[in-house]
Amino acid sequence: MNAQAPVIAKPAGAQSVVRFVLPIIVFAAGLAAWELVVRIREIPPYVLPAPSVIFLTLIKDWAVLSQSLATTLLTTLEGFVAASIGGIALALLFNQSKWVEYSLFPYAVVLQVTPVIAIAPLLLIYLEQQTAVVVCAFIVAFFPVLSNTTLGLNSVDRNLAGLFQLYGASPPQILRFLKLPAALPYILGGLRIAGGLSLIGAVVAEIAAGTAGAGSGLAYRIAESGYRLNIPRMFAALLLLSLAGIVIYGVLAVVSHLVLRRWHESALGKES
Amino acid sequence: MVENKTSPSVEASLTALAVSLRGVTKVYDNGVVALGPLDLAVGKGEFVSLLGPSGCGKSTALRLVAGLSAASSGTVRVARHEGEVQIGHGIGFVFQEPTLMPWTSVRENVRLPLKLGGIPKAEGRARADAALASVGLADFADAFPRELSGGMKMRVSLARALVTDPDILLMDEPFAALDEITRFRLNNDLLALWRSLGKTVIFVTHSVFESVYLSQRVVIMTARPGRIQADIRIETVEPRGEEFRTSAAYSDYCRRVSAALAPSYSGQSTL
Repeated sequence: MNAQAPVIAKPAGAQSVVRFVLPIIVFAAGLAAWELVVRIREIPPYVLPAPSVIFLTLIKDWAVLSQSLATTLLTTLEGFVAASIGGIALALLFNQSKWVEYSLFPYAVVLQVTPVIAIAPLLLIYLEQQTAVVVCAFIVAFFPVLSNTTLGLNSVDRNLAGLFQLYGASPPQILRFLKLPAALPYILGGLRIAGGLSLIGAVVAEIAAGTAGAGSGLAYRIAESGYRLNIPRMFAALLLLSLAGIVIYGVLAVVSHLVLRRWHESALGKES
Repeated sequence: MVENKTSPSVEASLTALAVSLRGVTKVYDNGVVALGPLDLAVGKGEFVSLLGPSGCGKSTALRLVAGLSAASSGTVRVARHEGEVQIGHGIGFVFQEPTLMPWTSVRENVRLPLKLGGIPKAEGRARADAALASVGLADFADAFPRELSGGMKMRVSLARALVTDPDILLMDEPFAALDEITRFRLNNDLLALWRSLGKTVIFVTHSVFESVYLSQRVVIMTARPGRIQADIRIETVEPRGEEFRTSAAYSDYCRRVSAALAPSYSGQSTL
């Protein structure tokens, strides 16, 4: 019964190496072609900088860029935490009372389908800039958490619910020992989407806010570099944003896997 | 319970009753009459099977006894220990599926009724381990449900029903999804448990052979709305074992039970 982990790893080994190596080869080949084209045709860096120039810019401007990265990541994190707590709490509230769900759910949908880029300027009028940016990240990210958690809470096995009823479980007990664990895979799926979306929300709001200074994020750096025709820095900031997105997704995927690995189908290998 | 000619109502006055249903019906919100009116009396320590075609309301009857749904009319009485607060009203329920929580270990699954009843963790774990031992799964307490076979999951489900030491065990087609070999093994184990623990068992099944093999009484129900068609007492030398399964008396009972069931499947289909 303790043998499940090694059993999964072996047959997948060779394939997983290929799955890692192939994209890296494609990436390297793409970079090499890019570098070559720029050098052979002598394209100036303000039109298209070579990868090497972008990399050098990243190192040269690290002081500015790292500060912006920290700002954007902090905003993303705040938006993500707010969206997670807000989404889960609202789903729990909906689950407790149909009346609340019917009254509020349409507005959650309205908030979801209205493009955040259109709301951002309004928020910037009424809220302090930093708050407005976090609220944007929240608006974009909270809906997947809400809808996934709602789905999870409603997906409880009917017989298990009957069992809890038979043994006289109180509502808090049902929530803690039945509904939340049953909804966990769905909640984690929602959080995984929310992580990437809160980064997008933060970037959109930063561009809309467009303020300079020490506290400005990566998105602002991109806009600013564009005005100054500092294209290499634009690419460098973009690179950092992509990396941030990948890391956020990776971290959440790993957390989800670790939490679910002993029981949920999604985290199990094909063998077991 | 010695005399086999007594009707259930006479018997009710002779022996202590564990469960009694009087004129019970169940009508669903959409107007479908699922059950009844049904009269059923089950004595303490008796092993009774409810046998009938699908959709005849046998599972509904079981859920009514468990208190999982309310009867539309009639009375459902379940005997309880007097002056004692019972977890789960002294009823253990085994569902058609194992109905285990996949996110936690076998031991925690079995401990659940005790946890919900506020029994301290150490005591609960000890009792869960004892219940697991009684179904032969002492070594699998730390395993997760998905690591077990179908038969083992069903044993865990049985251990969970037994962990509160209920007076009445309700089983809703518990072995229907298992292969025949596993089912025979579990049948024997269930009989052994019933003999040693002396619980009242109401066992819902759609297998003639299983009902005759296991129970002291086979109650045959009609197609929807479910009523009692026949009540056949199975008399044989206890303890039953494989020799009963292959005996002439066994096949004779199977024939009688099948004959009583025949109107349900020779008439118009409800499926």
